[in-house]
Amino acid sequence: MLEQPSTHSPEASSPGAEPLTAEQAIANLTHADLSLRYYAAWWLGKYRVKDAAAVEGLITALEDESDRTELGGYPLRRNAARALGKLEDQRAVPGLVRCLACEDFYVREAAAQSLGMLGDPVCIPDLLSLLAGGVEGAHPIPGRPHLAQPYEAVMEALGMLAPQTEWTSEAIEQIQPFLQHPTERVRYSATRAMYQLTGESAYGDRLIQALSASDINLRRVALSDLGAVGYLPAAEAIFNAAAENSFKLFSLKGVLERQVIPSDSSLSPDAVRVMELMDKLL
Amino acid sequence: MPVSDPISVQKLIQNVEQADSSERLMMAIQALVSVRSEAGIPMLIRALGFNNPGAAAVAVQGLVQMGAVAVQPLLELLDDYNYGARAWAIRALVAIADPRALDVLLTAAAADFAPSVRRAATKGLGMLQWHLLSDDDAIVAQGRVLETLFVIAEEPDWSLRYAATVGLEALGRAANPDLLTQILTRLQQMAETESDLAVQARIRRAITVLTNPTIAQEPRSISLSQSLTR
Repeated sequence: MLEQPSTHSPEASSPGAEPLTAEQAIANLTHADLSLRYYAAWWLGKYRVKDAAAVEGLITALEDESDRTELGGYPLRRNAARALGKLEDQRAVPGLVRCLACEDFYVREAAAQSLGMLGDPVCIPDLLSLLAGGVEGAHPIPGRPHLAQPYEAVMEALGMLAPQTEWTSEAIEQIQPFLQHPTERVRYSATRAMYQLTGESAYGDRLIQALSASDINLRRVALSDLGAVGYLPAAEAIFNAAAENSFKLFSLKGVLERQVIPSDSSLSPDAVRVMELMDKLL
Repeated sequence: MPVSDPISVQKLIQNVEQADSSERLMMAIQALVSVRSEAGIPMLIRALGFNNPGAAAVAVQGLVQMGAVAVQPLLELLDDYNYGARAWAIRALVAIADPRALDVLLTAAAADFAPSVRRAATKGLGMLQWHLLSDDDAIVAQGRVLETLFVIAEEPDWSLRYAATVGLEALGRAANPDLLTQILTRLQQMAETESDLAVQARIRRAITVLTNPTIAQEPRSISLSQSLTR
């Protein structure tokens, strides 16, 4: 059987599905029952428990050796890495950077995503090193549903972190070849990052074209990418895409947020236009 | 409204029942929709439960075109067991905006299982056709809507707070000065505490619209093709 990432909440099946308090969840990170540790790590991220004790417990869990899958995966590390991305505490960065070298693909993927969310550019060279094999090295791993590295997560993190840093040009150089990768999702991630790194509308326009993909899942990915970069010229195309209203609404939210200045109470005509589209999607 | 004889409508209804492919079903429903016959309403409502989104969207469009005559059948046949059919029926009721759907929409907005249905009902509550009620009834109904929208405005899900803001803006346009003052006071409070940037922007927009009667006072039509896809 293939080993799948556990992106779904473990609530339904976990023995620890009863309501927790923050104190219990933090204590459960070292509980004798491994499933309670796993659940607690997920729970602390889900409810964004930012106590120092939660962050420290999760950072320790990044080094866990006790919770292993048959294939050698580290489920607790995965959940801890995912949770730390949501807790806005930069102390997690060194531990997450070490996770980029973990033998478990899903730990590396979660770490890359969380590093992107935490926003500290110090990890950029480590993220770039995961792209080092280039497109030639980016092939599927036999028997696993994934490629050699979590390229999508890595490029998306670089798109968030590397613009206007000393690594911008190196990031562009490493990511650009992935625009030719055989997998659509990898190409979209590269396109999205290239837009963030260069600001060139050609990349945003490529993502608009992806809204016409024949596969609904790819259209959803493109919606998510356009929302993540907040590409204003895509607003009408997002509105008209053949996908569920909720995906389109979330995508336009990202576009709207780029048009709004928190400290300024006035709204631009573009912001009003995007809101009118969002209203119709409710 | 096109006139059609009862026999041919029965035939069109049969065609929907007997359609043996997704494509034929769509065509049959489209044909039934196009004659706009009251006799076809129960079949269009049944089609909402066929677990075929394309067919359901066409059926909803047909029901919305029928308008007021579709409301009572929709309320009576609202399927408590088929979740998907229920969601489509609520969307049809939102688009028709008849105040007879008030109770159903209040319940859907407050407690439906799916956020998409809650958002649609929440927006729809603000846009009901109040002129169909007596003045006294409208005031009572608007008070109930206000109460529900104020509760939804505190949901953890940003999209529900956004929808509540849209609903409050729409209600505010139709409201008497008293109710409008309550809405504006509440929107001002929301603007001070809202942490989500998109919802914050929508609240500011609602305040601008409600305090500047010259802006966007024309009633907004609901775009059918958009409000019907899920």
